[in-house]
Amino acid sequence: MSEKYIKPSRNIAARMLDDEMIVMSVRDSAVYSLNATASVIWSAADGSTPLREIVASKVVPQFEVEPEVAYQDALELVEELAREGILVVADHPIKQQDSA
Amino acid sequence: MSSLLQAVNEKAVRLGIPLNVHLDVTYRCNERCVHCYLDHDDHGELTFDEIHGLLQQMADAGVFYLTLSGGEPLLRNDLFAIIRRARELTFSVKLKTNAILIKEKEAALIRDLGVEKVQVSIYSHRPEVHDAITKVNGSLDRSLAAIRFLVSQGLKVTMAHVIMRQNRFDYPGVQALAAELGADCTIDPTITPHMNGDRGLVKLNVSRENLRNVMQDPAVLGGDPAKFCAPPPPATDNDLDALPCSAGHSACYVSPYGDVFPCVQFPLPSGNIREQKFLDIWKDSPQLKEVRSIRMRDLPVCSGCAHVAGCRRCPGLAYLEGNMRGPSTADCEKSYAKTGIPSANMIRLGLAGGSGR
Repeated sequence: MSEKYIKPSRNIAARMLDDEMIVMSVRDSAVYSLNATASVIWSAADGSTPLREIVASKVVPQFEVEPEVAYQDALELVEELAREGILVVADHPIKQQDSA
Repeated sequence: MSSLLQAVNEKAVRLGIPLNVHLDVTYRCNERCVHCYLDHDDHGELTFDEIHGLLQQMADAGVFYLTLSGGEPLLRNDLFAIIRRARELTFSVKLKTNAILIKEKEAALIRDLGVEKVQVSIYSHRPEVHDAITKVNGSLDRSLAAIRFLVSQGLKVTMAHVIMRQNRFDYPGVQALAAELGADCTIDPTITPHMNGDRGLVKLNVSRENLRNVMQDPAVLGGDPAKFCAPPPPATDNDLDALPCSAGHSACYVSPYGDVFPCVQFPLPSGNIREQKFLDIWKDSPQLKEVRSIRMRDLPVCSGCAHVAGCRRCPGLAYLEGNMRGPSTADCEKSYAKTGIPSANMIRLGLAGGSGR
């Protein structure tokens, strides 16, 4: 099973507001609000930690969910955010210059 | 405003988070606009290291929207380093400039750094009018060339058009120019008193008749005058419990010298980041606390005004008139121009009727 790596796109603005992450695509000014679970994943998206590890270490303990269910939900989430152009998802670690 | 943005703003107010900060990085300028309220001498601007530290503090405090302006911000040699640092800290950055120093290279850099929006001051579509206001020959041509560079980079550009006596008939031409260049256009018929308190600049405001023409123009209103200029509804308890504006609640201003104010138009000294941490000023400044305590029902004149439910009274302009709880005559004039109904302040001062202003 291949690992997934995630990193915020360079062209975003983001700030944690209480327990929700506010993300803006600076290209089209579209604004997104991530719920608490998604915000935890976003905050840990450093391009080098595998998504499965992020889910296991950050999401599962905090939200008391089944690891595999949480991982599948996380995969769906990151793919959706990638389609919106605010998150980069790759099968390999992501360097800064790759997070266009 | 989208419902999400409105919810974000409301949450910021509720949590006491300074979501929006306007930071002027310099008051120096390469134009000398006749209506400018600033002192352009450098009295000890924040260094890059100080701004670097301030940006980190603001990010930690929850600031999301960061407007960088001046003066002319491009007169700082380290402006792009400031923007780069701000973007590393994932602020949404808006740049306000006259743009006359922006060529192709600078436009590309602004795009690459991820600036969300650039606002350029344009006073007329006619060079002789614009240049007479900026007192710089060729400034309109240079600003428009910059807008073309910026738009060609895919950046969102807004032309900010301030209406005054000198250009009172030019806003349709500026709107057409903006459409032609692929830019947005905002129109503001308010001239602000000088930051030193001198109200002489206010004489540049357009006449009451000109203001009425602007405020009732569908192209300015963005809709049907019958709807936008209708008499205001009676005030409800919600209207009277409302905040006068976001200044001090989810927004503030920082000067090039580190002074913190509720807003760029509300020069109530509230602290200095060279003496205190930004967040300490934001949370504990007695001045900001006083601003935050004010609701519409606390305004002795305005709370009884027919316009209270729909007025966009600026507390900063009221402060500049001498009382942050008082009326802002410029906003009274706007409400009157839209609806033909004098404000309580105008009735009190006998300002209704005649050519006014």
